[in-house]
Amino acid sequence: MYPFIEQYVWLVPLLPLLGAAVNLLAGSRLPRHAVSTIAVGSISASFVLTVIAYLHIVSLPADHRQFIDTAYTWIGLGGFKVGLSFLVDPLSVVMGMIVSGVSSVIHLYSVGYMHDDRRYSRYFGFLNLFAFAMLLLVLSDSILLMFVGWEGVGLCSYLLIGFWFEKIENARAGMKAFVVNRIGDFGFIVGFLLLFTAIGIRTGTWSLDFGAIQSAVGLVPTAVLTTVGIMLFVGATGKSAQIPLYVWLPDAMAGPTPVSALIHAATMVTAGVYMVARMNFLYALAPDALRVIAIVGALTAFFAATIGLVQNDIKRVLAYSTVSQLGYMFIGVGVGAFSAGIFHLMTHAFFKALLFLGSGSVIHAMSGEQDIRKMGGLSKKLPITTATFVIASLAIMGVPGFAGFFSKDDILYNAYTSPYGGTFVWLLGVLAAVLTGFYMTRLVVLTFYGSSRMDPHTAEHVHESPKTMTIPLIVLAILSAIGGYIGMPEAFGVRNVFAGFLGPVFASGVRLPEGSVPLEWALMGVSVLAAFSGIGLAYYFYAVDTELPAALAEKYNTAFRPAYTGMYVDEFYSKYIVGGVMGLKDLLALFDSHIIDGAVNGTARLGRRLSDFEGAFDRIVVDGAVNAVGNGIVSAGGVLRRLQTGLVQNYLIFAIIGMAILLSFVLL
Amino acid sequence: MTILPITLTDYLILSGALFSIGVFGVLTRKNAIAVLMGVELMLNAANINLVAFSKFTGPGVDGQVFALFSIVIAAAEVAVALAIVISIYRVTRTIDLDKEDTLKG
Repeated sequence: MYPFIEQYVWLVPLLPLLGAAVNLLAGSRLPRHAVSTIAVGSISASFVLTVIAYLHIVSLPADHRQFIDTAYTWIGLGGFKVGLSFLVDPLSVVMGMIVSGVSSVIHLYSVGYMHDDRRYSRYFGFLNLFAFAMLLLVLSDSILLMFVGWEGVGLCSYLLIGFWFEKIENARAGMKAFVVNRIGDFGFIVGFLLLFTAIGIRTGTWSLDFGAIQSAVGLVPTAVLTTVGIMLFVGATGKSAQIPLYVWLPDAMAGPTPVSALIHAATMVTAGVYMVARMNFLYALAPDALRVIAIVGALTAFFAATIGLVQNDIKRVLAYSTVSQLGYMFIGVGVGAFSAGIFHLMTHAFFKALLFLGSGSVIHAMSGEQDIRKMGGLSKKLPITTATFVIASLAIMGVPGFAGFFSKDDILYNAYTSPYGGTFVWLLGVLAAVLTGFYMTRLVVLTFYGSSRMDPHTAEHVHESPKTMTIPLIVLAILSAIGGYIGMPEAFGVRNVFAGFLGPVFASGVRLPEGSVPLEWALMGVSVLAAFSGIGLAYYFYAVDTELPAALAEKYNTAFRPAYTGMYVDEFYSKYIVGGVMGLKDLLALFDSHIIDGAVNGTARLGRRLSDFEGAFDRIVVDGAVNAVGNGIVSAGGVLRRLQTGLVQNYLIFAIIGMAILLSFVLL
Repeated sequence: MTILPITLTDYLILSGALFSIGVFGVLTRKNAIAVLMGVELMLNAANINLVAFSKFTGPGVDGQVFALFSIVIAAAEVAVALAIVISIYRVTRTIDLDKEDTLKG
């Protein structure tokens, strides 16, 4: 419908990059409204372009919904070429719309949230850079270009989590995110280089383009593909906060709240899920890697939810909930239901962005207070925030009719039926759903309902947020409510539009068994029951018998304490991993000071010996030869000088004798 | 007795003798002036040759003219040589050639 877009896809990431460049280089000299106009304008323009790309791609026949826009050749090395080229297909266009759309809303929200921050232009510059990196990651046509975006979001998360670096904890959280991500990135690098080499050796074509990899991946043995798949997934556990590398995400809330929304919803954490979905053709040939992904996802979903139960910081609850929901997405892609994973990614982007922005609105109203024990009864003073937050909570808990219900149900159904899933994965998912119902209900009840536990001074200042903040909330609330209807299950007797749209991308992927309608209804019933049991339990605990939780916590302290401190994972890491690294460091230092230094010193000593010997050789042999020549010449000169008497008459005698000899030749 | 005509050979013998006396003088005299005189004898031996060959070969007088040039140039040469001798004398207070050995190696 809009064929011109095929030549202008590069504008989608470029616009936020330009916005970032302007705001970072000249932003401090611009008035505030100019800064925010540039930032919001550039990302919104990107969103409009992605929507145009979507409309264009939809107008094409289903099998031809793909085009590549090469802006220029980035690396050209003989036959090896990496273009700055962008791949637009249903998967990347859906991701592009989620990323740029949710980013636009968050940018808009930030205008209100950050209005009196000192580093206003820098904030928006980083925010735009973040969106740029994520769009690059999503739209790239080769793993290498994807990796550029991959590293870019890592860098931007560091910059934004540590944005208020005056407090050392914030700077530390930023560094933690960066370092943990680097560990994952290492796996990613190993993975794609291994794949690159394996394909290059077997086919002779050295390429990192998705298309080339897809057509050659069948020639690589399964063992190599499994290794590649797991290494790439290690990268995904870093970016998408899965066990064992999820630890940075709960700390990432040290940044401004809109940044948390951006990280948790639109950018960054979805990168890993997207990458696995993008490489579906590879994972289809590496079923063991898929099983690993599904199990890690299920464990993460359950484990993070248990920690989320007892957190008291509003953002920390949401952070663990993100880790848990990402676990769901990995269950989805891990059991081969790629479109279900991406579907949950999308609905999650809506409601998690909304939850974070809503919590930001609460924190804004509470003058920076984040502890839910000191809130309560806010629903009267923050009506819009409360309404939108409740909608988002219903969505994340999987209450029928809201977005999260459809996507979560899709994943759990596939987890049960897929050959890569099974009862264990499914059961963990259902248990996580119970826990999700519990901790979200707890959060909503403690924050917005019941009696106020605020201190009176804060209570006076509580006010609803300005329009730039509430409009994004309302937009996201609408999406959270209705966003699920594009992916309704087959059991409802309708076509799953979302899965159908993404279908061609995953056509070469995993074959899933045909669905059976009664089973689907049954599983749906179980997950709804799970959600409501969690909700009911939390309602009883925190709204009816409010004394009970404290009493229980008192009684079962041994169980609560570990959950409260995040199951001691951070402590475990700092003791064993960091401690181990430190021990290794000491060992290496010893090795360094003894063996390496010894070798260096030994080399130096040997060098001195050698040079002594060479000096002697020089002095005796070379100098001797030179002097001998000189002395010989001097002594020869001593003999010959006697010829030169200085007396004219002697010379004449020689001349005459010479003449006589010459004459004798002539005459005789 | 008949007076034998003077032949070319006679002239050449004369000039050869004169040249030899000149060489002897140049090689044996200690005095620089005497050496110069020996050089003059050698030059004039050559002049005799020029004139003699001119007289006995052909009608022209080229050789005699050449001898005149030679005499003039010899005069100039003597003037230069004497000037050098005077300069040497000024520096070393002697014109004894055995003592002039500053170029000794």
